[in-house]
Amino acid sequence: MAVKKFITGSFYDEEVLFPAVKKIRRAGYKIHDVFTPFPIHGLDKAMGLRDTSLHTAGFIYGITGTATAVGFITWALTIDWQINFGGKPFFSLPAWIPIIFELTVLFAAVGMVLTFCYLCQLAPFVKKDHFNLRSTDDTFLMALECTDKTIEADAISFLESIGAVEVGVQYKETGWWLGRYDNDKKRFEKNVETAH
Amino acid sequence: MVIREKYTVPKRFNTIAITLMVIGILAIVGLYATHGSKSDATSQARFWGSLLQNSVYFLLVVNAAMFFICALTLAWGGWQMSFRRVSEAISACVPVVGTICGVILLLICFGNNHEIYHWTDTEHVKEDAILNFKKGFLNKNFFAVMTVLTIVSWSLLGRKMRKLSQSIDNKPLNVEEGKKYIWNNTVWAAIYIVVFSLTVLSSIPWLWLMSIDAHWYSTMYSWYTFASTFVAGVALITLFVVFLKNNNYLELTNEEHLHDLGKFMFAFSIFWTYLWFSQFMLIWYANIPEETTYFKPRAQGMYSGIFWLMFIINFLAPLLIFMSRNSKRNYATLTFMSLLIIFGHWLDFFQMVFPGHQKEHVPMILWDFGVALGFVGLIMFVTARALSKAPLLAKNHPFIKESVIHHT
Repeated sequence: MAVKKFITGSFYDEEVLFPAVKKIRRAGYKIHDVFTPFPIHGLDKAMGLRDTSLHTAGFIYGITGTATAVGFITWALTIDWQINFGGKPFFSLPAWIPIIFELTVLFAAVGMVLTFCYLCQLAPFVKKDHFNLRSTDDTFLMALECTDKTIEADAISFLESIGAVEVGVQYKETGWWLGRYDNDKKRFEKNVETAH
Repeated sequence: MVIREKYTVPKRFNTIAITLMVIGILAIVGLYATHGSKSDATSQARFWGSLLQNSVYFLLVVNAAMFFICALTLAWGGWQMSFRRVSEAISACVPVVGTICGVILLLICFGNNHEIYHWTDTEHVKEDAILNFKKGFLNKNFFAVMTVLTIVSWSLLGRKMRKLSQSIDNKPLNVEEGKKYIWNNTVWAAIYIVVFSLTVLSSIPWLWLMSIDAHWYSTMYSWYTFASTFVAGVALITLFVVFLKNNNYLELTNEEHLHDLGKFMFAFSIFWTYLWFSQFMLIWYANIPEETTYFKPRAQGMYSGIFWLMFIINFLAPLLIFMSRNSKRNYATLTFMSLLIIFGHWLDFFQMVFPGHQKEHVPMILWDFGVALGFVGLIMFVTARALSKAPLLAKNHPFIKESVIHHT
């Protein structure tokens, strides 16, 4: 996997973060992502993220569930093993609606959870590296992706000028990777030391 | 931002409303000439059935606007504040449509024609074991008292809610007064909800509509009727909000609010289907003759075309069209779907009212459509008048900021 260079800055306050995101985008830097401990309303719009396609995937999974249920019950009750329930026709759609509904929901729900995990690159044994562990707790972290044209010093001073703290340069491997949290812990300890 | 608080009704709007009312009156007169004045009972019932269907439907729809306000007040849904005056204005139609509806219901109940409510025929009830058993509930006096009580209490409580809302238009509240005001609002909204659940959610649809098929009963019926009219009520609010937006009013209402109204329509369309299907499936499954009589003419008999058309309009169309986020934020789809939903649930009421007494053939629906246009004109006229009387923004309400910054 390619290793990329990022410039990161932390923010302690939403009210600093929002104008900072706008200023960074206006200055032409490419925001890799903003990491926050909780969902922040309107941040996706401020960052200019496109709408997720997760719901389209959900619709397709739902339709798959409907088709599976209709197909299987129809096959089982009208072709493979016909049973007379109280004189009803073999093809009795109303009685199947609850099951069709349940299977639609099941397929949509499970499918969307798995897709969500895939999109966020979450899976068993996959560890994610953090830019700053505190972004899971009480800090907002903004990561800028560096291109070969980015001037490091400029970006750092710009980030500092718009209210970022703990600004620094980090190298990260992109994409999926298997690993452990060791690196994070070490950096966290190191940060504590440098605070003195 | 300049806020245009004063709404002036355009001349053309009033002309259209009055034209529609004239069409409605012509339809009623025509229907009376062709059916109502005839001597046979079925023809007369066809005339009264049309009045019954339209007046009850539109009364419940405009009343749903007040239910919308009160339910959101109890849930602290502050987002409704930027367009609350619209729902209030729609609910101002309740006394007018309610009076018409009440007069029609009492005329049918105490009239000589027993085709629609055949439990009003006292001679017949004596011989009919089922109706005799039900006569503690299905009798003229109880029907009249409930009808009058219901319409009066809806009107008065709705008026109280509107007065509360307008009482602070010219006086900004401080924090303590604001808290007191919210509490006051909550109490009155809760009283309205209690009255609403004792009427629309239980007894009233049983009396007004279900008793047309007096031998048959379903405990889901009232919820089903409620879901029907509530979706149509939200659709009506949406239509007026879009109309005002297009005329450059309601500056603080934006597509975020419309998105939520769209979600309401989407969700309650599915809720309606859920109730519709719950009622249908149990009867279909048990297959007991006393119960299936209701669905026989509707789902399989003469009315099956209307029945399935209304099912497609009220379930499949909202499900597929309103599923995406963009369609709920688009004025054109919202307007189209609102009109479709109001029409679809009107069809739903048509198949609730007519199969009970028009057993020979399906009545020509165009007459009923003409009567419906009359009620639409009346609602347009009264709502616009109510809108022009009060400022369009409840600007001193404590939750107004919540509505302004609302986003989904």
